[in-house]
Amino acid sequence: MELREEMASLAPELPTTESGKDSIEYLSRGKLIQRRFWRHRLARLGLPVLLLLYLMAILADFIAPYPADQRLKGFKDAPPSTVHFGVGENRFQPYVYARKRSFHPKTFREVYTEEEDQKFPIHFFVRGEPYEILGLFKLDLHLFGVDEKANVTLFGTDSVSRDLFSRTVIAARVSLFVGLGGVAISFVLGCLIGGISGYLGGIIDEITQRIIDLLIAIPTLPLWMVLSAAIPREWPVAHTYFAITIVLSIVGWTGLARVVRGKLLSLRDLDFVVASRLAGGSDLYIITRHLLPNFASHLIVTLTLAIPGMILGETALSFIGIGMQEPGVSWGVLLQDTMNFGALVHQPWKLIPGVFIIVTILMFNFVGDGLRDAADPYSL
Amino acid sequence: MSAQPILKVEGLKKYFPVEKGFLRRVVGQVKAVDDVSLEIAPGETLGLVGESGSGKTTVGRCILRALKPTQGSIQFQIAEDRIVDMAQLSEGELRAVRPHANMIFQDPFYSLDPRWTILDIVGEPLKLSKLATGKELEDRVAYLMEVVGLEATHLRRYPHAFSGGQRQRIGVARALATNPRLIVADEPVSALDVSTQAQILNLLQDLQGEFGLSYLFIAHDLSVVEHISDRVAVMYVGKIVEVAKRDQLFFFPKHPYTEALLSAVPTPDPDVEKERIILPGEIANPADPPSGCYFHPRCRYVQAICRDEEPTLREVSPGQWASCHFAEELNLAGAPQQPN
Repeated sequence: MELREEMASLAPELPTTESGKDSIEYLSRGKLIQRRFWRHRLARLGLPVLLLLYLMAILADFIAPYPADQRLKGFKDAPPSTVHFGVGENRFQPYVYARKRSFHPKTFREVYTEEEDQKFPIHFFVRGEPYEILGLFKLDLHLFGVDEKANVTLFGTDSVSRDLFSRTVIAARVSLFVGLGGVAISFVLGCLIGGISGYLGGIIDEITQRIIDLLIAIPTLPLWMVLSAAIPREWPVAHTYFAITIVLSIVGWTGLARVVRGKLLSLRDLDFVVASRLAGGSDLYIITRHLLPNFASHLIVTLTLAIPGMILGETALSFIGIGMQEPGVSWGVLLQDTMNFGALVHQPWKLIPGVFIIVTILMFNFVGDGLRDAADPYSL
Repeated sequence: MSAQPILKVEGLKKYFPVEKGFLRRVVGQVKAVDDVSLEIAPGETLGLVGESGSGKTTVGRCILRALKPTQGSIQFQIAEDRIVDMAQLSEGELRAVRPHANMIFQDPFYSLDPRWTILDIVGEPLKLSKLATGKELEDRVAYLMEVVGLEATHLRRYPHAFSGGQRQRIGVARALATNPRLIVADEPVSALDVSTQAQILNLLQDLQGEFGLSYLFIAHDLSVVEHISDRVAVMYVGKIVEVAKRDQLFFFPKHPYTEALLSAVPTPDPDVEKERIILPGEIANPADPPSGCYFHPRCRYVQAICRDEEPTLREVSPGQWASCHFAEELNLAGAPQQPN
């Protein structure tokens, strides 16, 4: 301590300098990244679409005209309703016709015909089944709906007469947020374990890397299956959902840990880190000010690109029946209906949840690409 | 050179453990620096040359305590009447001493954080040593930029916007930031092309006169060292094999290794006929050095004694030290004499 105080008094004196004359305004780093991101066309498409999808998931109960488990009696495997426009004076008023079910004389499949004498206008902001938004507000307002005597099924119905549009919208909640939750857990695990591994090095690094090797060597799907099988069937939907998230991130963190470790190792010995140490920077200072900013872009990209993997993982698990269970809904659960070939041929609308999955994954990849390009220091 | 040296290194050793297997057992030592002693007077430039792997960079990093030396003392005069032993200081104490010495790095691309602006990079030593903040810091950085020959208006640009030579100037500005007395220049021009090399060397010389700096100038190339050094030390496998005033070492080398290095210096005059000494083999492995004189497997004057006995570094003529059994007897060829 004594020496430090003495040193303080001996600190080199700086010659006085005249005031700078730099008056040009510069954009901050954050602004430069934003600009660059918006210049990426696909990312410009991807981000709003993703925001819309997530907004849809949050407001699912409001957007869906029916609850996920409500059966529309007598409308098994019904095709999407055709929406017509123009009632009386109002040319833009949408309406649907009532539909009548009959059976095909040879195949005995349901055939639905529109009864053109019964018009049912689609009303907006109608009162319907009560629900809670984010567990906070109790509401019974729905975006749209028709009179109870008819029904509007934009994406058709499933094999037990439930409205597929409502179910798809409500399922987005599980499918979209499982990715975020899983990535959040992976992120914490990956940064922590990868950081320790890369920073401490030596035998700890060696052991960690071999464990990761082992985890990566296990085929993902069987591992997920084993872990999912351990989830008790009688658990409530919310618990199952949380358990699935954890199952997905148990495999998901390994990739991230590798990225973090590799980046730490490669950056740790670079000259600018030595320079910072010579300037008096502590370990924590160097990690937070030099190392993290230098691989933040890698982290963000890895995270963005990890979300689709999680979403697809949940879909796969639910599709083969060991992920989310009825009455829980996710896009994977909805796709179970397409497992038999007959459904694919005769009720192609049941594939619509799959379209949502594809769009979501694509948009995430676009946004990930855009972020990577935007955060690249050489293009700033 | 009667004045007290600004830096006096004695018996500096840096061994790196060799680890093997899953459990990282230590199976040996790489003696990167093995008993190095040197002195630098105020305002002097000591050139430190040697092949890759001779340990010269490790010496520089130990002196500034980027690495902790295994053994030895590093007496650094930070003020007229205050000398500290860099080798003994704790991290906290080091922080207080660091503003008095700094480093210029070899690679101008890896030595500047690509995420930081020039203002942040050059200002970092000032900020961390709490010597300047805010507007004062900005003015100081702007001043430093002009000192090293760059535009003071480019403070908020990122390193990628600059060329190699300009980046090296930024590195020089950073090294000067806290107004230090000693600068370790670790091959500061090796990564640059020849015309830029000359500019940076001239800049370093100008700055030395302007700010009274002392340099430890590390290089693998004698021609670069010749330009800037007052004295030159030659390293081979972790040891200094010869140290002398520049002209003495260049024209009257006393160690066969120095002779070989000198013969590799290109001469601009095509009429000068010169014998090239091609050293056979590679530099010795510092983890498993040869017996006796480390240089004997490659030496063309080798005798029986060289294989068994290690020569000591001794004063063979006033101010000239060499570690060769036959330093006095051998008549070694120096650099071709210049007319002046």
